[in-house]
Order: sequence, then structure tokens, then C-alpha cells
Amino acid sequence: MPKARVTFDDIDQSVNVPAGTRVIEVSEKIGASIIYGCREGDCGTCMMHVLEGWNNLTEPSVLEEKVLRENMANRHDRLACQAQIIGDCRIKPA
Amino acid sequence: MDSRTGKDVSRHPRAVEIARGVYWIGALDPGLRTFDIILDTAQGTTYNSYLVRGRDGVAVIDTVKDGFGAEFFARLESVADYSEIRAIVLNHLEPDHSGALPELKRRAPQADIYISSRATAIFKALAKTDEDLRQAPRVAVGTGDRLSLGERTLQFLQTPHLHWPDTQCTYLLDEAVLFSGDLFGSHVCDGRLFDDRVGESREAFDYYYAHIMRPFRRHLLTALELLQPLRLGLIAPAHGPVLRDRPARYLDRYRELATRGQPACSDEGLPSLVILYVSAYGNTARMAESIRVGALQEAGGMRVSVHDLAHENPALLVDRIEEADAIAIGSPTINADAVKPVWELLASLAVIDLTGKVGAAFGSFGWSGEAVRLIEERLRQLRMRVPVPGVRIKLTPGAEDLEGCERFGRRLAAALTGNEEGDRVIELAELG
Repeated sequence: MPKARVTFDDIDQSVNVPAGTRVIEVSEKIGASIIYGCREGDCGTCMMHVLEGWNNLTEPSVLEEKVLRENMANRHDRLACQAQIIGDCRIKPA
Repeated sequence: MDSRTGKDVSRHPRAVEIARGVYWIGALDPGLRTFDIILDTAQGTTYNSYLVRGRDGVAVIDTVKDGFGAEFFARLESVADYSEIRAIVLNHLEPDHSGALPELKRRAPQADIYISSRATAIFKALAKTDEDLRQAPRVAVGTGDRLSLGERTLQFLQTPHLHWPDTQCTYLLDEAVLFSGDLFGSHVCDGRLFDDRVGESREAFDYYYAHIMRPFRRHLLTALELLQPLRLGLIAPAHGPVLRDRPARYLDRYRELATRGQPACSDEGLPSLVILYVSAYGNTARMAESIRVGALQEAGGMRVSVHDLAHENPALLVDRIEEADAIAIGSPTINADAVKPVWELLASLAVIDLTGKVGAAFGSFGWSGEAVRLIEERLRQLRMRVPVPGVRIKLTPGAEDLEGCERFGRRLAAALTGNEEGDRVIELAELG
């Protein structure tokens, strides 16, 4: 299975994950600072900022785009409960 | 309405001018004894709402808890007409501050509602059963956004996760008044209203921090950076006294509380491991001792302390754990579970921020040994890293077992100092 490396900038920790893993699945286990609310892409609590590897996350869904818009997300912000890791990336809480 | 006379607002239902053209229009709740389930409120509390009058209209900042509307509306009506209200600013949507919002919106339908851009989803959930409120015009704001009332301006500062995702502060530029929401609040109900009038309230201020802000201290430090450059004439929080006596000192106190335990000098800068255990027959205790010995072998130096949960005050241990870089928790397995003092300790850790710290578990067992895995799971729920798989030993630890515990201690120390063999990249599967 293809692997990807996600780095959590706030705790300076990298994790190798199978491609397709959602950020939420890793960040909670590793103890990164991203805070979760509904965990289903609706509340926007888990907004994160992608420092590197923006294109190495799956494209946001229409629903995620809407929630990001509503929460006045900046460029390269994503929801950690939705974004799947498909290549190396570096992220931090928004 | 001279605020300097120290008039007691519990004796009248009028607004109190706290700065030029700025009025306290809140409500007193002297009978409250428990707040948000988790806080004792022996002194009751206040729900502070404020009104700012400008040339082009009036802004109301926060409302009060449902059931306290009569007092709030009476104070509001003593200084403004509903038709003058241009804006309702909600620094925090929790029901104790938004309880009177539906009625206020009915009385002032022309007013726009200003909320943090992080508050949209919460607002929708709050207004689920109120169609009018759900459809009401809303302005979602972020740091730097402004609201003009003519000659005076309110500026918004986003301070998320203190203690909900939606929390923000609002700053009145000309009078340097910071409407801080729950930040800098305290549960004190005193009609004399101002910090220099109500007497000693430092303990209540610290207690409020410990239960409401402490779990989010890294977000708090970010917020303090944002607020630090502001000139502060007055801090107007959503609970407790209005802070006008050297208000900047309250920022200093929060910083002091939020950085407490973080080493200030190089000697104390060594990584620290706190080992906590319960032992039925001394086996888990012997494991704890060997883990201590192993951790102390770390070449760069370590601070290690060992605590028997059966004999120590959990409240003091929470402080110790907040200051530590790593904790290792030992429990025997009884009835396929960790023992009660361990769960009591783990439950009490919800008030501190353990994000990214190293956690580990160990224990002796007779039959099945579930305790270690259960503790590890809880540590992960507390957002800790569990980089070293726990050690389980069946009944009495032998010499080899204790060597394994020393190795475990060394690995925990190495995880803290970054001296692990190989790079610091972890495999997802290792995280359990």
C-alpha cells in the first residue's frame, strides 16, 4: 500500500501513514493540537492550515468547501476530519 | 450613575456607566451554586452584558442567561431605546450569554448580529428551533474587522477555544475597553460591580482560570499575544467584576498561570517524567521503581518522580502532571479493568492540556491484564502520544522482567529527549 508522511508542525512530529488516511485518524493518536467537534465535516472546529503539500490531500467536497467558506477559511485551510492524506504534507491547527 | 461612588447594582435595575458612553446592563445571579456542572459557585455569578452608545446607534455586547431577561431589559431600557440598537455582538454563544438573544432580537429586529466567523455552526445549532433568529442577518467577523458606531469604533479579535471554538473579544478603540467574553471572568456576584469595589476576588479569578481556561492554555497564550499590544483602560468580562484597577495585570496573571511549571532556568530544563501507580501486592510498585531507574540512565539527564496513588492527593498530582513532559501510569488489572484510583486520576486530567506529551502505561496482572491497554487508550483520548508500548507482567516480576521495565524507562526518556535510535518518524500502526 502506498505510504505518505504527515508532519504535525505544532508538536514537530511526523507519522508514516497508508495513503488515504484521514488527518483526524492520526492527529488524535499522536496528540496534535487540532481540536474536533462534530467529526463529520459540519462544524468547522477542526480547521487546520496546510503549510506544505496542499496538493497531497484529497480535494475538498462540496460540503467541506461550504463549511470552509462559512468559517472564513484562509487559503490552504482544510478540515482535518475530512482531508485524506495521499502524499507528504505538513500541517498545523488553523 | 456615577460608577466611582460604588453604588450597589443589586439595589436598582438601572444601567451603570463604566466608561464614557459604555454601560453595564447585565444581571446578578446570587443563588447559583454550580456552573456548567463542573464549577462550584459559592459566590453566585453575574451575566455581564454591555451597551455602547455611538453617534450612529447603539451596540449591545452579549446578553444574559434565560430567566434573567427582566433585569437585563430593564437596565437596557434605562439608557437606550430598542430602535437605536444597530448591532448585537456575541463574544460567546453559550446559553448563559445568549439566553436573552431571541427576545432582544424580537424587540430590536433591525439589529445585525455580529459573531465570530468560527461561530456560524454553533449559531445555527442554537437557533435550531427559532426560525426568526435563524434567518436574522448575521455578520461573521474575524480579527481586525471593525464595526463603526459613527465617531467610535469596535474592533474584533478572534480568540478561539477559550473556552468554545466561537469565542472572541471586542475592543472599543476610543475608551480602550476590552469586552473579553469569558476571558478574565470569575464567578463572583457582587453588586458593587468593579474589581476595586468588590474586595478580594483573586481566588475566584484563579479558580475560574483553573476550570475554564486551563484546559486550553496554549490557545490562551496565543490569545494573550494578540491582546498584549492593546492599550487597556478597562476589561469588561462576561462574568464577575469589571476590571478597571490596573487591568493589564490580569493579562500578566493569566500568563503566569498558563506558563506555570514551564522551566525557567537551565537546571530545571531537564525533561521530566512522572510515574504514578497503584499496587495491590507490590508487583506494580517494583515495576515503577525499575522504570525510574531506567529513565534516570538517560545520558542527557532526566527528572523523575514516583507517586503511589493510594497515598497522594490527586489534586496536587494534577498540578505535577501539568508540569511534566511525560507520565507513566501503572495499574494492576482487577476485574478486567484498571483500578478506581487510576480512573479517578485520569478523569481529573480533563482540566489540563496534555496535548503532545508522552504517556505510557504498565502493570502487573494475574489473569488477563487489560488495564495497560485501557490506560493507553485513555491517554490517547487526552491527546497524549503513546510512543512506547506498555509493559505488562504476569504476577511477580523476575529479574528479566525488571530489566524490561528499565528498558521501558530508557525508551520513555529517549522519546522525550529525541535520542531514540533512528529518525523521529512514527509508523501509524505503532500508535495503536
